[in-house]
Amino acid sequence: MNIQTHIEETVMPVPSASPTPIIEVRDTQVFYGEKQAIIDVNVEIEPNAVTAFIGPSGCGKSTLLRCLNRMNDVIPICRVEGSITLAGQDIYAPEVDVVALRQKVGMVFQKPNPFPKSIFENVAYGPKINGLTKHKLEMEEIVETSLKRAGLWEEVKDRLDQPGTGLSGGQQQRLCIARAIAVQPKVILMDEPCSALDPIATATVETLIDELREKYTIIIVTHSMQQAARVSQKTAFFHLGELVEFGTTEQIFSAPRQERTQNYITGRIG
Amino acid sequence: MTDTVDIRIPARSPRHRSERRFRLYGMAAIAVSLGFLALMVGSIVLRGTGAFQQAFVNIEINLPANKIDPDGTGDPLVIKKSRFGSLVKKAMRERFPEAKSRKEKRQLYKLISATAEYGVRDTVVANPKLVGTRASLWVRASSDVDMFLKGNISAEVAEDQRRVSDLQLGWIKDLHDKGQIEKRFNTQFFTSGDSREPEQAGILGAIIGSALTLLVCFLFSFPTGVLSAVYLEEFAHKGRINRIIEVNINNLAAVPSIVFGLLGLAIFLNVFGFPRSTPLVGGMVLALMTLPTIIIASRASLRAVPPSIREAAFGLGASKVQTTFHHVVPLAMPGMLTGSIIGMAQALGETAPLLMIGMVAFIVDLPGGVTEAATALPVQIFLWADSPERGFLEKTSAAIFVLLIFLVLMNLIAIVLRRRLETRW
Repeated sequence: MNIQTHIEETVMPVPSASPTPIIEVRDTQVFYGEKQAIIDVNVEIEPNAVTAFIGPSGCGKSTLLRCLNRMNDVIPICRVEGSITLAGQDIYAPEVDVVALRQKVGMVFQKPNPFPKSIFENVAYGPKINGLTKHKLEMEEIVETSLKRAGLWEEVKDRLDQPGTGLSGGQQQRLCIARAIAVQPKVILMDEPCSALDPIATATVETLIDELREKYTIIIVTHSMQQAARVSQKTAFFHLGELVEFGTTEQIFSAPRQERTQNYITGRIG
Repeated sequence: MTDTVDIRIPARSPRHRSERRFRLYGMAAIAVSLGFLALMVGSIVLRGTGAFQQAFVNIEINLPANKIDPDGTGDPLVIKKSRFGSLVKKAMRERFPEAKSRKEKRQLYKLISATAEYGVRDTVVANPKLVGTRASLWVRASSDVDMFLKGNISAEVAEDQRRVSDLQLGWIKDLHDKGQIEKRFNTQFFTSGDSREPEQAGILGAIIGSALTLLVCFLFSFPTGVLSAVYLEEFAHKGRINRIIEVNINNLAAVPSIVFGLLGLAIFLNVFGFPRSTPLVGGMVLALMTLPTIIIASRASLRAVPPSIREAAFGLGASKVQTTFHHVVPLAMPGMLTGSIIGMAQALGETAPLLMIGMVAFIVDLPGGVTEAATALPVQIFLWADSPERGFLEKTSAAIFVLLIFLVLMNLIAIVLRRRLETRW
């Protein structure tokens, strides 16, 4: 009963000025076998903005993020109900090519996971398999622009042939971001991208996220409320599989409507 | 008031004593196993090194042109057809004219190998200028003389108890005093096939047979094993069937090899009608045996590839096949190769299944292909160990020695490969 009322409140229309959402999540449930991980979530993701998913561990924020590019397909016991649309198309419709979907909705993971190949090959792999270009020069251009956008070009331009695994943690994560933007996605999902990085590397990546917002829609899952406050425009607070509150970051952190949100951001739950 | 802090080892501490005792047990266990290993290798080396040497006798032999090459063609085919046996015997009679009776002459001829004439023939074929001259050649001594020179036959025992008679002893002494008999490095051991005569027998046929067998085994088992592992690990639904298959593969790895040999006999030879005693069938049987090892090792190394790599590739829009073959399999390859080489090393030492499919035949010729009858190293060891001649005893040890060297080499390759390829991870 209680849950129901919360959700009705959260579906309240967000400020009318907001543009057409690029991703719409409607009445979505996610199950791992018998266990329900996401309960009746409704979210609209605004384009060219950073949306942060916050909440305590096990609240379902990562699960929901992974539903957005169907990374959960890999887990056999995972089942998704409801509808998730990307630019108006249901991404769980049978005619959807999951490979094409993941090209449009890229992902950056918690732990930097560059391929054990050269820096160049790391960035070039996505464009290559997606057939973005066949020409060597064009490929070099794509690699260069991607690395520049990820703010890594100056640091690695002289050693593109060296293994990506030899970079520092922060550089590796930026390499992963460069790799993700090389396939020209619309949306980039980031699953706690800074949790394995030191404060300085974190600051670099956060600045980068803010710059990337211009070209891409970014959804970031984070444990750090300060980070959510720093980088995002919209924030969604999840608790025990429900979306408790969704609004502008400013509103969530300064005037939360829900008591649970209030408790979480002040450190009383989580 | 301060408490006294004593951190010294107490004089009688059961804890420390038991630690010392345990260490001692461990070292003793290692010493015992190393001791056995040293004993085994030592005895093989001690017995086997003799086989790398062979006694040769120097004879002055007439090579009359009218008997060897009457038309003076110099054609190797003509020379090959001549009978060198009588020439060799004649040379021996000239060297020891005191052998008069047939019995004595027979003893005299037994000083040198029955295959000595072929040695002479090959020398003459290689050097036709010798025809019509009197040449001084070294010919292979008989196995009994060889054994006597190596100290394996004692002159002390009564004459009727040993294979070298007093008369022969006298001749050997005479040859020895004049420097006309000596031990040389036995190259033939590495360059010829099996023989009924121990002094003539070589191991090359068995080495080639083993190599061909392993090649066939690798060609069948590696692709099949790796593909099975990749499918089971990356593509197949991880359900009950997958688990049943896994359990059965593990069981298959423990099946005694002779059972695979019988299977090969029943299927490959009797049903498919493949040629008996060939490396083709041997390799296929060994492939059946190696397959579980390769699948298990490959699955383990696929499982060791971190899931984050798969996620990274999926996240970029790579399909399952692209993810698997661009990223996962290359990363798992060192482990797969190591597993396969260790499986191959096992197969190299395998004897029982080869006996079942008839690779136990006595084969003198070097095998020229996978469909020609051949023998393999372990089977050669088995054959020689089974032979009554004293001369084969050291050949057996020498063959074991060679087999062990190949095994060590293969394991070394496995280790080096793993080291080399894994550093980039």
